[in-house]
Amino acid sequence: MSGDPAPMTYREAMRQAIREALLRDERVFLMGEDVGRYGGCYAVSKGLLDEFGPARIRDTPLSESAFVGAGIGAAVNGMRPIVEIMTVNFSLLALDQILNNAATLLHMSGGQFPVPLVIRMATGAGRQVAAQHSHSLEGWYAHIPGIKILAPATVEDARCMLWPALEDPNPVLIFEHALLYNSEGEAPAEGHTVDISRARLRREGRDVSLFAYGGTLAKTLQAAEALATDGIEAEVVDLRVLRPLDTAAILASVAKTRRAVVVDEGWRSGGISAEISARITEGCFYELDAPVARVCTREVPIPYPKHLEDAALPQVPAIIAAAREVVGNRG
Amino acid sequence: MAAKRTVDAAATHGLALYREMLRVRRFEEKCAELYSAAKIRGFLHLYIGEEAVAVGVMQALRPEDAIVATYREHGHALARGVAMGPLMAEMYGKVTGCSRGRGGSMHVFDAAARLVGGNAIVGGGLPLAVGMALADKLRGLDRVTACFFGEGAVAEGEFHESMNLAALWDLPVLFCCENNLYAMGTALGRSESEIDLCLKASSYEVPAWPVDGMDVVAVEDAARRAVTTVLGGGGPIFLELRTYRFRPHSMYDPELYREKAEVEEWKLRDPIPALAARLREGGALPDAVAEAMETEIAKEIEDAVAFAEASDWESVDELERFVYAEEAAP
Repeated sequence: MSGDPAPMTYREAMRQAIREALLRDERVFLMGEDVGRYGGCYAVSKGLLDEFGPARIRDTPLSESAFVGAGIGAAVNGMRPIVEIMTVNFSLLALDQILNNAATLLHMSGGQFPVPLVIRMATGAGRQVAAQHSHSLEGWYAHIPGIKILAPATVEDARCMLWPALEDPNPVLIFEHALLYNSEGEAPAEGHTVDISRARLRREGRDVSLFAYGGTLAKTLQAAEALATDGIEAEVVDLRVLRPLDTAAILASVAKTRRAVVVDEGWRSGGISAEISARITEGCFYELDAPVARVCTREVPIPYPKHLEDAALPQVPAIIAAAREVVGNRG
Repeated sequence: MAAKRTVDAAATHGLALYREMLRVRRFEEKCAELYSAAKIRGFLHLYIGEEAVAVGVMQALRPEDAIVATYREHGHALARGVAMGPLMAEMYGKVTGCSRGRGGSMHVFDAAARLVGGNAIVGGGLPLAVGMALADKLRGLDRVTACFFGEGAVAEGEFHESMNLAALWDLPVLFCCENNLYAMGTALGRSESEIDLCLKASSYEVPAWPVDGMDVVAVEDAARRAVTTVLGGGGPIFLELRTYRFRPHSMYDPELYREKAEVEEWKLRDPIPALAARLREGGALPDAVAEAMETEIAKEIEDAVAFAEASDWESVDELERFVYAEEAAP
């Protein structure tokens, strides 16, 4: 780690974040499928086994329920585990542990057993890996009280969200969009911290608010640049935290622009985009100049061929079109 | 003299075991009554008939050891030392309950007793226990986690995943399988192609011992040997505690799946009269002592009920408290 800001990949940022946590707190350990000898299925934990040894970089069997549950038990019993699940689709095999134990133990025990656990997993589509490796279920998880949901979209957040997540006494799920691992950005200086309770304004604008997170942030920023050439100044809000939602930031932006488009790689029906739209309607209905619009993934299992996968996902032209629609086709 | 002292010590311990089983039995008999009176609501799963298992295993555990139990856990809580007042208040759903009344019968938690529930998802406690033991191992703490579950749980994937992980990582877990022959209403042979539970555990290289779960002395003896092995770094042990529940699965169960004669036959092996007979044989349980014990327990239960009755409900203002932690985790 150097003291100066330097470009690095999202993958490297995440790796450094894990390394830093292992160095800072001896209660931290990493556990999951192929995190050790293989180096992580997305190579995030490459080299960590050599540096920290097999007690702290633990390869697990393909037993999502057992190793996620073991992370919960270890957290209850004084450790600070980081559990890696290969992809969100596989996390469904551990859903019992995540919902019935991690999210529930504290409340059900009357406040006696906090679960200071971090679960990281890859999410999202775009790599032609078809319907069992491509879904975006973070909005689904955001339905559950008792857990927190983070979606780092930038190198800065990939580098800086993990430590506060580990310091949080609650179970925190971190969703890393698989297409982001190779993305590059400026690495934050050493000691830099981020707030894991707030959304962040990524682009200021006055005409329309575009809400995005994770894998859709870059597309949304591209759409905003294109809209600007047509004279539409879009504000881009990176939600970053899907539970608890930063409702104040969402409403503040809409109060300013009076128009909103929610971009979400999850499905439309019952998704996080629906929740955001509802909060806007509940919180600032009379300030809206147009109905809230949504750009979501088409309601299909993600197909393998590129043209169908592309057609299923939110894309820049659809975001631009939706924004134009809510501003009344200006430009 | 030494021999006499040993006999006295054995008799005293025998009496303590008897007393503990009787406390659990009488407490639950009262719970059944309170359920009929609609003081206790929701689900109520009684442990009556199985008391020797929890009472026997608890003898082998030290205060620093941890327990993960199921939704049929009143006996475990009492035998572990959870006070009867807060336990009864929990049954009522009162704020003075050991889980602030939020869990009820199925979710008894007590941090001081290191009792981590009261888990009502069959098999759901096993991964948790494996993680508790992993933490102890990583922290270099010489502690054991006892994980109770029924034989129904062996059909769950979580059983197999947990056996494998505990054995693979040599974790200090004492798996206590309470085999009462029925998963709700499904007999073992109707749901499992292989009904030898010890064989299943052994297939994961977990040493597995069948134990007469109707004999509290045998249970204690097996649990002590198992805990010694686990604490010596021997990895997990699986105890198959062969027992029987005399009451229905829950208060809603019409028991269509088993013959009354079978229940009566098992009642002949009731662990409480069985131990009483042995104690009487050795002169350790004179009638006066037995009567005094019943009176004491009745008083304890009466006090617990009074405590629960007099306790407050949690304020609705606190409904959302502890969804998230209010302070940094220790």
